[in-house]
Amino acid sequence: MSEVLVLVDAVDGKVTKPTLELLTIARRLGEPSAVVIGSADAESLKKYGAAKIYTVEDADTKDYLVAPKAEVLAQLVEKTSPAAVLVVSTGEGKEVAGRLAVKTDSGLITDAVDVADDGTTTQSVFAGNFTVKAKVTKGTPIITVKPNSATPEEAAGDGAEEAFAATVSDAAKGAKITGSEPRKASGRPELTEAAIVVSGGRGTGGNFEPVEAFADSLGAAVGASRAAVDSGWYPHSFQVGQTGKTVSPQLYVANGISGAIQHRAGMQTSKTIVAVNKDEEAPIFELVDFGVVGDLHAVLPAATEQVNQRKG
Amino acid sequence: MNIVVCVKYVPDATADRKFEDDNTVDRVGVDGLLSELDEYAVEQALQIKDKQADDTEVTVLSVGPENATDAVRKALQMGADKGVHVVDDAIAGSDALATSLVLAEAIKKIPHDLVVCGMASTDGGMGVVPAMLSERLGVPGVTLGSEISVEGETVKIRRDGDASTDTIEGSLPLVLSVTDQSGEARYPSFKGIMAAKKKPVETWSLSDLGVDAGSVGAGAAWSVVESTDARPPRTAGEIVTDEDGSGAKALVDFLASKKFI
Ligand SMILES: Cc1cc2nc3c(=O)[nH]c(=O)nc-3n(C[C@H](O)[C@H](O)[C@H](O)COP(=O)(O)OP(=O)(O)OC[C@H]3O[C@@H](n4cnc5c(N)ncnc54)[C@H](O)[C@@H]3O)c2cc1C
Ligand SMILES: Nc1ncnc2c1ncn2[C@@H]1O[C@H](COP(=O)(O)O)[C@@H](O)[C@H]1O
Repeated sequence: MSEVLVLVDAVDGKVTKPTLELLTIARRLGEPSAVVIGSADAESLKKYGAAKIYTVEDADTKDYLVAPKAEVLAQLVEKTSPAAVLVVSTGEGKEVAGRLAVKTDSGLITDAVDVADDGTTTQSVFAGNFTVKAKVTKGTPIITVKPNSATPEEAAGDGAEEAFAATVSDAAKGAKITGSEPRKASGRPELTEAAIVVSGGRGTGGNFEPVEAFADSLGAAVGASRAAVDSGWYPHSFQVGQTGKTVSPQLYVANGISGAIQHRAGMQTSKTIVAVNKDEEAPIFELVDFGVVGDLHAVLPAATEQVNQRKG
Repeated sequence: MNIVVCVKYVPDATADRKFEDDNTVDRVGVDGLLSELDEYAVEQALQIKDKQADDTEVTVLSVGPENATDAVRKALQMGADKGVHVVDDAIAGSDALATSLVLAEAIKKIPHDLVVCGMASTDGGMGVVPAMLSERLGVPGVTLGSEISVEGETVKIRRDGDASTDTIEGSLPLVLSVTDQSGEARYPSFKGIMAAKKKPVETWSLSDLGVDAGSVGAGAAWSVVESTDARPPRTAGEIVTDEDGSGAKALVDFLASKKFI
């Protein structure tokens, strides 16, 4: 069976959930080989089915942006002739994939939400209004997959580790990371991975407390519209929409958000959608399974109290 | 300094975007415009120009159908100096690999120290063309900048990632991409609109670039779209009006009925 290269995404050595999803998807296409550039916990890679683990020394890659990673992958593609290369659809992942596609003269599909065993991908486009099926027809299929596109399934893999001696050219070191400030954790679930997302928009008037308290009562992640982010009320990393995160949780609760097309782009595929908005004409109500026309500053605190009571 | 800004002409996101029978994006039946995310690229190029003492020149470049000239014009109205529009029937249906190939060949013909792109196009939205251009031109790519400064030969950006906020540097020549956090784009002034009428726009075909027509377009695409289906509309939900706390109770009842509590 052919190898399928999975570029491992890890934070402080901990393999991210989207990476485990990729390992699960990779098994449909061939035998997963995890590619670790830097460091990652080999045990979890094995547990989720990595037959091989290529480890690449950090030194030449960690201070530079994406170009060295693409070089390493290109060399691995050359060596292993894989059935496909899978990368998590983050800003960085997409750039690595784009460079790799040019280097290996291969087709690229970004932001897949599903990959079938014949390599056919499913994408959600035009703000989630269309579902597109596509397939790479030239070279090695390079596919970036959105987080939450599969449920990680355990399957013991050999996880045979192999140090891969890649060479990184000077040309790939043109963009250097000269400073880095870690973001502090919110203590809430990761926005793109959460089962429930509670968001606030301009209608919060800058007070996110009712939104956060309601989110906490449900064990949810907090999101924000761009209007709220642009007003400086909530950090950009929590923005949902076209230029923020795409979320597809079991439940999405939009509070004081009108439902502009660019916001819909990031949440339209949520399973259940609920909105609280004082304007009954707000376009968000076209999407909802349940809506409350009312002031979020009254509805949310009362709802929070009742949820907490019911939980006992 | 010479700056090239890559701008894409896209179908209006607020219009009814759709696909042609051959699964390519309908670029004719839907009103188009300069991609809003590329306005940020034009803005940053103009700000860099304003800060340079020398006679910096900003050229806008677009690859697209006839009406893509509108996108070039808009950027000229905002203040760019001249335009290049690459148009050729053979380009229709190109994917990001082909588009980046045509853009790269065009850029090679324009004097350039800095190439500025948007973070993603608002239609395809792949966000990969800037990285592909950096690869094809063999220059560094400093991407997704929310704050940009140019000092001498050094371009420095702030990049807001998920795990951290980073500072990234590279030296010219390079490809830069900017996010919609980089600062509001200016509106064309009346003076700008008048001045744009006299600004030169060159139209190039693939043969002007020495690109073989067979290497781009739908036929040469590296991937194929097999189907495009409109998502079924969501079924209308229940909407209640809050009166004296009834809204909160109804909401919590709904969440409980769906087992979210
Ligand atoms: C290229 C581009 C990219 C974009 N990307 C994104 C993106 O990624 N994400 C995004 O969200 N937007 C994005 N936008 C912006 C988008 O078009 C909208 O402007 C934005 O989503 C509006 O945010 P909002 O709904 O919070 O604000 P508004 O549209 O102002 O809506 C506020 C809503 O709150 C309601 N309200 C007010 N007070 C209360 C109250 N007390 N109680 C209850 N309801 C109340 C109002 O009735 C109104 O419906 C983008 C735009 C462009 C052009
Ligand atoms: N046809 C095009 N003409 C000019 N610039 C483009 C074109 N396509 C993409 N770009 C540039 O590349 C960026 C990213 O596009 P994309 O990778 O398609 O999301 C855009 O914001 C533009 O700056």
